[in-house]
Amino acid sequence: MTNLIKTKRGLDIHLSGKAQEIIGKTLISNVIALVPDHYNGITPKVVVKEGDVVKAGTPVFHDKNFSDMNFVAPVSGTVLAVTRGDRRKVLSITIARDTEIKYENFSIKAISGLSGEEIKTQLLQAGLWPFIKQRPYDVIANPTKAPKAIYVSTFDSAPLAPNYEFVLKGQISDFQTGIDALAKMTTGKVHLGIKAGSESTDFRSVRNVEITEFSGPHPIGNVGIQIHHTNPVNKGEAVWTVNVQDVLFIGRFFNKGIVDLKRLVALTGPQVINPQYFPTIVGSNIQAVVKNSISNKTLLRFISGNVLSGLQVTSDGWLDPYASQITVIDEGSEIHELFGWAMPRIHKYSASRLYFSGIIESKLFQKIFGKINYEYDARLLGGKRAIIMSGEYDKVLPMDILPEFLFKAMIAGNIDKIEVLGGYEIAPEDVALCEFVCTSKLPLQLIVRDALDNLKKEVE
Amino acid sequence: MSALKNTIDKLKPHFEKGGKLEKFHSVFDGFESFLYVPNTTSKSGTHIHDAVDSKRTMILVVVALIPALLFGMFNVGYQHYLAIGQSVGFWSEFLFGFLAVLPFILVSYGVGLGIEFTVAQIKGHEIQEGFLVTGFLIPLIVPIDTPLWMVAVATAFAVIFAKEVFGGTGMNIFNVALVTRAFLFFAYPTYMSGDSVWVRTGSTFGLGNGKLVDAFTGATPLGQLATSTTQTAHITGTMGNPLGFMDGFIGLIPGSVGETSAIAILIGATLLLITGVASWKTMFSVFAGGAIMALVFNNFGPDTAVAHFPWYNHLVFGGFAFGAVFMATDPVTSARTETGKYIYGFLIGFMAIIIRVLNPGYPEGMMLAILLMNIFAPLIDYYVVDANIKRRLKRIKN
Repeated sequence: MTNLIKTKRGLDIHLSGKAQEIIGKTLISNVIALVPDHYNGITPKVVVKEGDVVKAGTPVFHDKNFSDMNFVAPVSGTVLAVTRGDRRKVLSITIARDTEIKYENFSIKAISGLSGEEIKTQLLQAGLWPFIKQRPYDVIANPTKAPKAIYVSTFDSAPLAPNYEFVLKGQISDFQTGIDALAKMTTGKVHLGIKAGSESTDFRSVRNVEITEFSGPHPIGNVGIQIHHTNPVNKGEAVWTVNVQDVLFIGRFFNKGIVDLKRLVALTGPQVINPQYFPTIVGSNIQAVVKNSISNKTLLRFISGNVLSGLQVTSDGWLDPYASQITVIDEGSEIHELFGWAMPRIHKYSASRLYFSGIIESKLFQKIFGKINYEYDARLLGGKRAIIMSGEYDKVLPMDILPEFLFKAMIAGNIDKIEVLGGYEIAPEDVALCEFVCTSKLPLQLIVRDALDNLKKEVE
Repeated sequence: MSALKNTIDKLKPHFEKGGKLEKFHSVFDGFESFLYVPNTTSKSGTHIHDAVDSKRTMILVVVALIPALLFGMFNVGYQHYLAIGQSVGFWSEFLFGFLAVLPFILVSYGVGLGIEFTVAQIKGHEIQEGFLVTGFLIPLIVPIDTPLWMVAVATAFAVIFAKEVFGGTGMNIFNVALVTRAFLFFAYPTYMSGDSVWVRTGSTFGLGNGKLVDAFTGATPLGQLATSTTQTAHITGTMGNPLGFMDGFIGLIPGSVGETSAIAILIGATLLLITGVASWKTMFSVFAGGAIMALVFNNFGPDTAVAHFPWYNHLVFGGFAFGAVFMATDPVTSARTETGKYIYGFLIGFMAIIIRVLNPGYPEGMMLAILLMNIFAPLIDYYVVDANIKRRLKRIKN
């Protein structure tokens, strides 16, 4: 019997521009970049220089603290440049790719014959380790510390998120191999979170895992929420998390002996014409993916990831290594709304009852007047204030955590309080909805990110 | 409309750093964001935001206060003409009240916003909307014959010492409007109690001249109870007519401007609850606490008039309903945890009735009860948060 966990708190935000389940042609830019800033918790040490020839799987830089932890080229080609910023900080390493990708060959034994330690060494060497993240701190997993469990969420509940069942079609054997490899590295189990009531025969047939079904509004698909409800992280413990498509990377590696970082990315959002899925590669320039599919508005915001917790990138920015989605929305900075605070603004969405969203979303209203599409843009829609309203955050965070008090402890830098109020369990993406509904327009994800970095530094 | 936008864009450089009107940057910014939704976009984290902001929230509270204000204006005129024994009709009564109350609104906003703008400029902040509500509350909770200069002094004191020194809107410990009221109450006790301040007996801007009728008495119902020498809870209106529950509910009785009518307050409460701006938990608990404590006094209390005052009357007379709906629910100064709100609200109602019944000095207990609980709100939250911490630590042992 599978376990079922239901939550009520949360919020599903409906944007237009969900990706249709069609796969377009492969779109990979001619130049690929690795951006060290995309990885949390590492200091890069570059091992290539301009003009070096690399293959897919050749190390490009490694972490200064764990010199075994490689970050590898996703494609074969020639290193174009190592761009540095202030104080020689590495901003990016760009590679001009070959038309045909040549792969570094890793001689691999079958998973069944490998120990957890051997698997770990292989993954570190092949540059697949950075795809394994850990709670606490939401950083790349510390390879020296065995986790009490490993979590994979097979669904994403964020706005316009890709459907992983569709993405995974035909690759279940790679997925199973990836899971088997992960299972060897934990003393506990690999947990698979499945959306309750979904068809997903593929995910349900995966062996060697503990399956838990989840139902409820976003952020239920976030692995952090799933961990909280099944095996919460306490002080001194660690849990690893891996995204579905990243499990495939690990699976492919052990099945074929190559580092193949190709993935399906859902191109979504209100400003996308024909939103659909495109095969591309980690580190590709998003321009290659979006250029034929966006509206001709001049001010657009490109997001590597979803609208709630994705990274803002320029129109020729790089796809971050964890993203399975690109979202394009209106930037909105040219809009000047007169007396916005007093207007009915029926095209604006609010989770509060200070606007008419509640009525507009009701079945009766939609029957009579039809569906109203909300307009979304990147504006804050208000000024930044001190926290005024109470209870807002609790409604969208389905955890036994008092978010407001945790945030206040984080702002104050009170490590003791952060520890006991749930700092070890939370990741920026979990509080994205809190940030969305916040009347005071506080940058909560940034607050959490900074506080977690600080906590890590103080505790370790 | 684009003409307006163009004007603003043209003026803007003068107010920015290095411009000749840089000193008024915050003021300009305040007006600009009042006219136009700021077009700043998110720089980190969430790319889209909920349409709600603190302007919308604060304005809603002001809208919720309008029924109480309008009724209060009418009642001021009504009481006045009753006192001088003239019958002039609804509109004349309203006009009298309107002219009597308007200076309070102007003084309260003038003084408060002046300080707010200055502080915003000194600190380099945006102007915050908190005072929109506070400035509207102040005229509603003072007796109509309070001298205006007192209101000005009290407002300035409250805004500076109860809010700005703590860091402005969202940081204050005490409800700013209530501090204004408390300042008046303790600094000028002779003006703020007794029978003479609750009904305007003189004229306003030359309107409503007349001689007081003999039957007139200006004491509030709670004031009468506090000074009553008998043990019966017998209260009368301005003309000596006996008052019952419905009189308190409708509110054509002497009292502070906005507090008399439970109906008008109820309309505001409905709006606050529908929009979710005020917590029903706090509001409900205040009434529950008050009702229970009054019921206890009705049955087991001392043998005084106020202890015999029926529990349901306690809820509609005086400032109880107004305090419960508009003051106790102030999110900044109330308990911020959901469980805490029940406790906080309940204790406000509870304390208000205790002060009313047991303290002969203060006929009204709501103001002191809320200020007292403002102090305890962080303590209540502390224990609720502590319970959460303990519960979460327990998980390790299992």
